[in-house]
Formats: sequence, structure tokens, C-alpha cells
Amino acid sequence: MSLYQGIFKRDMHIAFNQKAELVQPLMFLLMVVTLFPLGVSPSPDTLQRIGPGVIWIAAILSSLMAMERLFRDDFQDGSLEQYMLSGLALPAVSAVKVAAHWLVSFVPLLLLSPLLAMFLNLTVDMYIALVLTLLLGTPLLSLIGAIAVGLTVGLQKGGVLLALLLIPVFIPLLIFATSAVDSAALQLPYHAQLAIIAAMLLLAAALAPFAIAYSLKVSQN
Amino acid sequence: MLEACGLTCSKRDRTLFEGLSLVVNTGELLYLRGPNGAGKTSLLRILTGLSAPESGAVLYNGVNISEDKTGYYRDLFYLGHKSGTNGSLSALDNLSFWLAQHSISVQENTLYDVLAKVGLVGLEDVPVRYLSAGQQRRVALSRLWLKPAKVWILDEPFTALDVKGVHLLETSMKEHVRRGGLIITTSHQTLSENAGEHRVFDLEYRF
Amino acid sequence: MWKWLHPYAKTERAYQLCLTLQPWFWVGALVCLSIGTVWGLAFAPQDYQQGDSFRIIYIHVPSAILSMGTYVAMAIAALVGMVWQWRTAYMSMIAMAPIGAVMTFIALFTGAAWGKPMWGAWWVWDARLTSELILLFLYVGVIALYGAFEDKQQAGKAAGVMALVGVVNIPIIHYSVEWWNTLHQGATISKFDNPSIAPEMLWPLLINLLGFAFFIGAVTTVRLRNEIVLRELHRPWVQALAISQLASKQQVNHSVKGGN
Repeated sequence: MSLYQGIFKRDMHIAFNQKAELVQPLMFLLMVVTLFPLGVSPSPDTLQRIGPGVIWIAAILSSLMAMERLFRDDFQDGSLEQYMLSGLALPAVSAVKVAAHWLVSFVPLLLLSPLLAMFLNLTVDMYIALVLTLLLGTPLLSLIGAIAVGLTVGLQKGGVLLALLLIPVFIPLLIFATSAVDSAALQLPYHAQLAIIAAMLLLAAALAPFAIAYSLKVSQN
Repeated sequence: MLEACGLTCSKRDRTLFEGLSLVVNTGELLYLRGPNGAGKTSLLRILTGLSAPESGAVLYNGVNISEDKTGYYRDLFYLGHKSGTNGSLSALDNLSFWLAQHSISVQENTLYDVLAKVGLVGLEDVPVRYLSAGQQRRVALSRLWLKPAKVWILDEPFTALDVKGVHLLETSMKEHVRRGGLIITTSHQTLSENAGEHRVFDLEYRF
Repeated sequence: MWKWLHPYAKTERAYQLCLTLQPWFWVGALVCLSIGTVWGLAFAPQDYQQGDSFRIIYIHVPSAILSMGTYVAMAIAALVGMVWQWRTAYMSMIAMAPIGAVMTFIALFTGAAWGKPMWGAWWVWDARLTSELILLFLYVGVIALYGAFEDKQQAGKAAGVMALVGVVNIPIIHYSVEWWNTLHQGATISKFDNPSIAPEMLWPLLINLLGFAFFIGAVTTVRLRNEIVLRELHRPWVQALAISQLASKQQVNHSVKGGN
């Protein structure tokens, strides 16, 4: 147990040393959300109508940016090699690293979310639904995203390729998450949507670590 | 005893070596020699199990390493071109975390002693990226004295080291072999007498 | 049961197989496509609802079905490559990918073209069209990932992982997009839902389906041959092949000159 705690602690340590790098995806998120009232319409009704979709799309895009740091440093400085030679199970190591990464990216997002909800004129019911979908959906983004990050970590050109690979795969999550918040807007129940997202999350939690470990091995070649 | 049986490796559709076999016994230092691009790094990575060969197997004490990874990795220390240290953490932190991952417990005194041995007194708390290349290599090498590994696989370990560092490493290698360890190493400079007796294996460049 | 497949892990045997299969695929494609297309476009009866514009289903439906089928075949090839470490499996995967993407594009194009006379719009966010578009993105991702690696062995493994991730996601994407469509659409019945199809209309459809499948097979074998030769240039059998082809070409030149 404490072996994996060590990995978690190390990643947290490193993350706090790179605070500036962590803030950037959040700023990106905020700026993207700001583009919509400017580019579409600042009318409260319009913003409330498009709000859920806007926040989720911005969250997906900013998480794509944040995800790149998941394995990059460890791959480039050789720490990943040392993990692979330590006798620890690589799927478990990957799961712990993804968990640490998610915690570091999600908590600031949660803190920023009331501001975003205010910008887009979401009601309280919509906001609650939004937080629930983010809580269930962002780990899914991290888990599935980590598979593609593992494959592209050795490539020089990372960024856009990662987005090309992952955006189609994130579309179902986008559909269910925005539908949940839309239902909340109409005072309708949204347990079904949350349940489906939770089911996808459970499936990913079970299978993704093995896929991530395989991806990392492919990158080591 | 580390044995390679019929290893074939190709990178970018170019065959680096085919059907390569070699045996290294305990108490032996193997010096792997060859021009740039001959496949030394690839061979070493296959021997550590980080890369899979196209065909062939690596046996440690008669057991295929892919079947008993934990056993092999308990006895193995590998240092490649990458240092395995994170630039934003200090040398002390890097080593502590590394020891924890490899399930090695050492007293804190030992850690300081080893860092003193490699000449990093006073630099233990500095983020590693502020150290010079040679100093970073010393941090990476200090693990040799922290992990009781029987097998040392070192890929160009002398890179960036100054004369004292090279002397330190070579004498340690000689001592390790004397105590029954097994070392496979590459280097672009020939090993001096300080490294003790060693066997040479030449890898040729294939067109 | 699969022992008969094992020789084809060697690139030379796979190359020979492509050579033998290729002419059959081209002939099959030519025959089936000409029969099916002519029958469908000229001789099949008119649809009582849509008149003549429905005839595009003879191109649209086969290409849509095969775009999915090719992706599944890619994923199977990736799985074979991953489990048995066959290079030819990864090579076939990447040989199929562009033609599958082209099929997807044809399905999208014909689907959109069908929309114009019906709904007056070149593009509608219909559930099936949207799913096809996402499928195209999945293809593009796999092809782009393969191209990004210099070591093509590594590239095959990486693209294989993405192909498998994609194939697991295809049913999820399909159902989520269908559900999304019901949320945002009215009660209009999708024109792509043919409740039942008359036999006179079905036969040309099936023949075209077979024809397109032969076509995909033919193009895949050509691409696989090229991929094998490109990747195995240093092998003696490839060099012997090149020399023999060069020699036969020279012979032809000499006989032509001699004739004059």
C-alpha cells in the first residue's frame, strides 16, 4: 500500500513545484468560456441555453491541454523507466498517477466552477447537475485520455494529435453530461444520464489502467 | 548468471542484430563495444526487459525474465542515457522516492553518506535541474551504492563525469565484480585498469 | 482452428497471398459493381415515397455498412497483431485504414446528397450521418497516429491500441448519438430508416455491397503489397523480386526494339 502512496506523494510534490503549469489550463478554460458571450450573444437566455455545452466543451479542451503533463516529464527524464524496473505493477502505477493528476486538475476546476456558472447564467439546479457531471465525467476524461497520452508521450508533436485521437471518444460523455444539465434546467430528473456516465467511468476504471500500461510499453519500444 | 539466447532486434525496419547469444557469469564485467548506431543501447534495453526482442529470450539464472520479472528486478540496477531523476525535486527527494518505489529502506544517514561519497555535499536540497550535467549524473549513479543489486547494466555511465568521478565509478565496478556481482556496461572510452579485468564483446554495425 | 493462418505471419507468404487474391478481387469488384449499380440506378423500381432520388442508397448503404465493417476488420487485425505479434497483421491494419476512411467519406457525401432533394439542406445532423462523421474522425486519428511514428513497428502497435479503443467506443457513440438525436429532433421519421425493402430493390443493394467489399479487398491487397515491399526492402526475397521484375522489363524492351 505504501509503495503506491509514495508514487502519489511524489506526483503531488512535483505538481506543487509546477504550480504555474497547473494554472494555465484553468486560465484557458476561463478564456474559452468568455469567448462565447463575446462571439455568440451576451443575452442571459442564450447563455443559459448554451451554457452547459460551453462549459463541458471548454472543460474537455482544457483537460486535453493539462493531460500532456501526465507522463511527459517522467518519460523524458527516465523516471518512467525506473518505475518499469521497480517491480511495481505498471497498471497500478498508471492508475495512481492518473488519480493524482485528476485531483490536481479537478479541485481547481471545482473552485472555478461557480464563476463559470455565473458567467453563463446557470440556475442553481443546473449548477448542481454540472458539478455532479464534472465529478463523474472528469475522471473518465483522465482515464481514457491517459491511454492516448501514453501512446503519444514519446512523440515531439503532441498536442493537436492528442486532441484528434480523444475528441471523438469523448463525444458520448459530452452528450450525456450536457443532457443532464439541460434536464436540470427543466426541473426534470437526470439520474439516467448520471448513471450512464458512472457506468462508463466504472468500465474505464476497470480496463483503462491495463491499456495505459500497454501504451507506455509501446512508447518505450 | 545472465544469458541472452538468439536475440534479434530491428529498429525502423533495420535489423541491428540477429541471433545474438551471450553469457555473463557472476563475478564478470562485460564491456560492450561498438560504433554509434550498432545497437548497444537496444541490446542493453532488451537485457533489462524494457524492450522486447523480435525473437529470442533473456534468461536470468536460467529463468526467462519475462516470466519472473519481480525476481530479476530485485537484483537489477539499470542506468540508461536518461537519469531517472525529476528536475524539480532535490537529490534527496529523488532518491528517497526511488528507494520507496524499489522497496529499499535505508537510514537517512546512509543517504547522506552516499551523497557525500559522490561529492554532492551541500547540494542535496537543491532542485536537480540546477545542478550541472556531471552532478546530475552523480545523483543518478549514487543509486549504485543504495540498492544491493547483483546485476548492473549501465549504458555509457561515464558520460559527463570528471576524472575523479570516472575513477570512483571504475573502482566501484571492480569492487562489485570482486564481491560476485555482474556488470554489463558500454562506454566510448576504453575502461582503464581501475575497472579490473573485463571481457570485451564487440557489436558490429550492420548495413 | 486458426493454424492455416499462421504461415501468413511471414511477409513473404502474405505478399504471395495478395498477389493471388488481387485479380479475383478486381474482377469481382468490376462485375458486381457494374451489375449492381446499373440495376439499381436504371432498372430497379421507383420508390413510392421518394421517387428516383432514393436510388442513391445503392451507393450510400453499402459504403456505410462497409465503413463500419472495415473499422471492425482493422480492430481485429490490431488484436491479432497485439496477441500474436504478427507484423503482417499491423501492416494489413494500416493498409485497410485509408480505404475505410474513403468509404466513410462516400457514405457521408451520398448521405448528404440524398438530403438535398428531401429536406432542401446539404447537411442535417441526423443520427446516422453524425455517427458516420465521428467514425471518419476515428479513422483520421488512427491514420494520423501511425504517421507520427518513425519506427513503423512501434507505429503499428500504437495505432492498434487506438483502433481497439475506437472499436469499443463505436457502439457507445452510436447509441449516444441516436439518443441525442431523439432529444433534439421533432417527430420526423428519419429517411434512413427503411421499414422493409422490396426484393427488387434488395438484390442490387446486396450485389453492390459485395462489389464494394471486393473493391475494398482489392485496394487493401495492393496497399498491403506496397507496405510489405517498402518495409522489407532489405530482405533477400524482395531484392530477388525486384531484380526479376527489372529483368523481365528489360526483356520486353529488347523484344520491342527487336520487333522494329
